[in-house]
Amino acid sequence: MKIAIASGKGGTGKTTLSTNLALFLSEKQAVILTDLDVEEPNSGLFINGKLIHQEDKFKMIPSWKKENCTLCGNCQKVCNFNAIIKLGKRIMTFPELCHSCFACSELCPTKSLPMIPQKMGELKHFSLENLDFIESKLDIGQEQAVPLIAKTLDYIDQKFGNNIIKLFDAPPGTSCPVIEATKDADFIILVTEPTPFGLHDLKLAVDTMKALKKNFAVVINRFGIGNNGVIDYCKSEEVKILAKLPNYRHIAELYSRGESIYQHIPIFKTELQKIADHIIKLQTGVAK
Amino acid sequence: MKEIVVISGKGGTGKTSITASFAILGGKNIVVADCDVDAADMHLLLQPDWNFSEDFFSGVAAEIDQDKCIKCGKCADVCRFNAIPIVEKKYVVNDLNCEGCGFCFHVCPRDAISMIEQNVGKWFISNTKAENHMVHAALKIGADNSGKLVAKVKKEAKQIAVSEEKAFIIVDGSPGIGCPVVSSLSGADYAILVTEPSVSGIHDLKRVYELVKKFKIPAACIINKADINTDVTAQIKAFLDEENIIHLVDLPYDETFTKAMTAGKTIIEFGESEMKKLVENSWRKIKELLTDKQKRSSPS
Ligand code: SF4
Ligand code: SF4
Ligand code: SF4
Ligand code: SF4
Repeated sequence: MKIAIASGKGGTGKTTLSTNLALFLSEKQAVILTDLDVEEPNSGLFINGKLIHQEDKFKMIPSWKKENCTLCGNCQKVCNFNAIIKLGKRIMTFPELCHSCFACSELCPTKSLPMIPQKMGELKHFSLENLDFIESKLDIGQEQAVPLIAKTLDYIDQKFGNNIIKLFDAPPGTSCPVIEATKDADFIILVTEPTPFGLHDLKLAVDTMKALKKNFAVVINRFGIGNNGVIDYCKSEEVKILAKLPNYRHIAELYSRGESIYQHIPIFKTELQKIADHIIKLQTGVAK
Repeated sequence: MKEIVVISGKGGTGKTSITASFAILGGKNIVVADCDVDAADMHLLLQPDWNFSEDFFSGVAAEIDQDKCIKCGKCADVCRFNAIPIVEKKYVVNDLNCEGCGFCFHVCPRDAISMIEQNVGKWFISNTKAENHMVHAALKIGADNSGKLVAKVKKEAKQIAVSEEKAFIIVDGSPGIGCPVVSSLSGADYAILVTEPSVSGIHDLKRVYELVKKFKIPAACIINKADINTDVTAQIKAFLDEENIIHLVDLPYDETFTKAMTAGKTIIEFGESEMKKLVENSWRKIKELLTDKQKRSSPS
């Protein structure tokens, strides 16, 4: 079962919830946590597992072999991303713009553009008693998160069966990376804050999940600050609120040190239990 | 005219609240650009009037004319993004997966495929309560090309700043290190990094600064919630020293920011507070830094 933890904007507590929920659930059953925020993966800072596997991830880009090239310019014409251009008597590629569509390569009449792998990031697999943690990190200078997210999801699908609980810490926002990270999930937890910023971003996230026809519910973080806007909105839109995580300075301090929160703050644990109960219901098909 | 970009790598550091405060302090002297187009929030504090709006088109997506299609399957074979599934015995394009590469379009033997320009969002020019112009945007859900929309917002802001002879453009940058933030940084004169002293805060600060370095943009740093973890704050300061990043200010952990935001205000408009003074001082410093650095080569 795949559960993505997402939010309209960053900094709402997505990573706090993902890591604490993963550790909490793993006390009772096996859990896989994957950090798909490949631009800024942070979950690993809160999970001290043993590194059991590491691999570089590649994307395919064209490389020019000038011997047979007739300089017909077809490659430049077919590329929709300006990632390959003809400059005088040379063909230049811009790997950071390339979407790896293979069009230039396969449509080149002289086969002068074989696709070769280029490193875009790395994947690390850590293991703790009952918890596997996987994170991928995009190399600085690479602009596209989506291909690395897709490769990371492939890794998870190959390694683990369907019955196990898989948590995904999704990237922030509502654009392509978050769609990639949530489109295969069975259930989405949207994390928000009870403030005008939180509400505005939650609305975007809810619209996104509705457009994707996803089953989702909300967790309110830093409950107690701000106002009632988020609660009123969830009521009027009939969105389920799974849990309300408290707002204490102590939590911010624990977080700043990379420590787990539920082990120190009982009410945080109570709220996590509510989320766990819902997940178990989903697993057994009691809840929808 | 100088372009100042405020970025943070990770979200939730208070970047937007701080940027909006600078926008108020800058007043008539500046143009504001909200480049966090994926989750634009600054309008909640600056209350723009949405005076001008325009659709933004960028990129293409494939569309199959079923009347012309002979179901040969070539398009689906070449598509590397699994964007052409067979639905009810027809080849159809899945918009969410289509990258708009056009490979299918080139191989279709019947010209059954057209590439359609995509409306990916809207962009706006507004007047704000700080008596300045703000250029902002809203990306459509799931839309691609946020980097291009960021570039558009910046370009329009720059035009206004030049034609109206403003001293500064203040850009609220995007999170992460991917295409939108690359767009936010390109062409900027100065980067303000907003961070917080947590294990993730310092991690993201270092990552985003690597990107700033690639652009060779000078930078200054604001440490928000500095008192929450004094050890990490000290580590951040050591990092700033090492990299020659100017340390602007330590802001304390304080819920006044949130309270002001809940009231739809920046800290500057929310009565007198220690926080307000600190933010005002930072803005003064930034102005000094920019005018000194450039030896007054342009009017300000
Ligand atoms: S399409 Fe092939 S032959 Fe033509 S210019 Fe490009 S690389 Fe050369
Ligand atoms: S593989 Fe596609 S995106 Fe990359 S250079 Fe070739 S045509 Fe352009
Ligand atoms: S344009 Fe490219 S991604 Fe879209 S359907 Fe055609 S081949 Fe696939
Ligand atoms: S390549 Fe053209 S004709 Fe063949 S299935 Fe695709 S759309 Fe239809």
